[in-house]
Amino acid sequence: MSASVLFDAPGPRTRAWTLAGNILGAILVIGVAVWVLLQLDAKGQLSWDLWGPVFSTRTWQYYLLPGLVNTLRAAAFAIVGSLVFGLLFGMGRLSQLAPVRWVCGVFVEFLRAVPVLLMMVFFYGLFGVLLPGVADKAFLAVVVALILYNGSVIAELVRSGVGNLPRGQREAGLVVGLTEGQTLRSIQLPQALVAMLPAMVSQIVVVLKDSALGQIIGYQELLRTGQIVYSSDGNPLQVLTAVAVVFILLNVLLTVLAHRLSKLLSSRTAATPLEGTGIGNPTAVAGGTKV
Amino acid sequence: MNDYLSGLGSLLVRYDVLGAFWTNIQLTFWGALIALVLGTALALMRISPIASLRWVGAAYVNILRNTPLTIIMTFMVMGVWTALQIHVADTFESTFFRLAVVGLAVYHAAFVCESIRSGVNTVPLGQAEAARAIGLSFLPAARLIILPQAFRGAIAPLGNTLIALLKNSTVAAAASVSWETASTMKTMIEFNPNFLWGIFAMFALGYVILVIPIGVLTTWLSQRLAVQR
Repeated sequence: MSASVLFDAPGPRTRAWTLAGNILGAILVIGVAVWVLLQLDAKGQLSWDLWGPVFSTRTWQYYLLPGLVNTLRAAAFAIVGSLVFGLLFGMGRLSQLAPVRWVCGVFVEFLRAVPVLLMMVFFYGLFGVLLPGVADKAFLAVVVALILYNGSVIAELVRSGVGNLPRGQREAGLVVGLTEGQTLRSIQLPQALVAMLPAMVSQIVVVLKDSALGQIIGYQELLRTGQIVYSSDGNPLQVLTAVAVVFILLNVLLTVLAHRLSKLLSSRTAATPLEGTGIGNPTAVAGGTKV
Repeated sequence: MNDYLSGLGSLLVRYDVLGAFWTNIQLTFWGALIALVLGTALALMRISPIASLRWVGAAYVNILRNTPLTIIMTFMVMGVWTALQIHVADTFESTFFRLAVVGLAVYHAAFVCESIRSGVNTVPLGQAEAARAIGLSFLPAARLIILPQAFRGAIAPLGNTLIALLKNSTVAAAASVSWETASTMKTMIEFNPNFLWGIFAMFALGYVILVIPIGVLTTWLSQRLAVQR
């Protein structure tokens, strides 16, 4: 183990204790895993009658893959939309005009405080009234709710990204004769955007996960199509496991990408790249909220 | 305008909005309590020198953190209760409530763990070296030097996790807790579409009132207790 604040480099006796603890821990973990498997088997949940349908072509071709496509479609629209929204409102919060700053601030703080699910339910109802002819109201509601929530998070990221740049960057811009606005757009924002790229990739994970909330208003995403499968095949545990594995694989891939990016980009900006907490406000990092 | 407000007022009589918020607060309270215990245990595993425990902690965090909460909630009802027939309470109401609490707790425990771990990571190595240099052994060094700084550092992300937990308690709708806010709002909108905006404003305002004080308090605390470096 590399140097840590809590533990010194171990001597021979500690190494022996650690090894013993390691073996004991491994036995404990394997024991728990075996016990869970035995329990599952005792309740008949390991039978191929239940697992078989999960791996059938029919399940994937007609249900899970179309569901996954819908999940990715909603996520893609939501990500692009929240980027635009976040940039606009992030710049609004940094504006020289106080009223613009306040309006954007109140709007962003409001959107960050309201649960996404409430927004989805609201927009689903609203589109039912406003757009009676549109067939895919659930899709629109999911995308708009995700844009408003994640856009407001990205707006915060933009603001903290600019705030975390060394003060000299802005001062240098002003000294060479750029206006405040020009300094923001051509000196501060480009560097802030590079620094926030990893956190934004982490935000895609949040978007992907939250898109599954669309199930509650009847959007045909991956979880919803999974529910259709298990309500006919009677294997909720198995199908939900498969659906969760798809989400986990996608998200782990994105998290690895975010981590790589933050290492790669640290030389490209004067700010420290932020990786994001993956929940709530990504600027709430250890040691205090970043601006 | 007055008609609209009195109509909205009559909705408050027919639907238990305050009760719905109380349900979410209860879900949050119990979820946060269990998540804090579980998350601290996971964090201890992840910072321990024992590799197998570190591995389990990392696996837990990476799996739970990357699963949509909606799936966990559905799994609690359809997997744990329906398929495995694990008995947690006698009435439907308390069964769904407890399943939702467990779902919230296991999901947010992963984030609590990461918050605490990131708090430990804010402590510079020099602090440990200094503690050792003045003759403190492992436990005193951890108790007097490292952990107090780590907890101070973890306040901001922990507060952030608590806010997320409060907002995520609406996802209990997926665990059949049909008397919480999101489900109540859905029913209200379905049957009273002409009060759409008013109903949403009411629920949204409720969350703003609950969330903003937590945010202000934890930000203030984290800045007040921040270790100057």
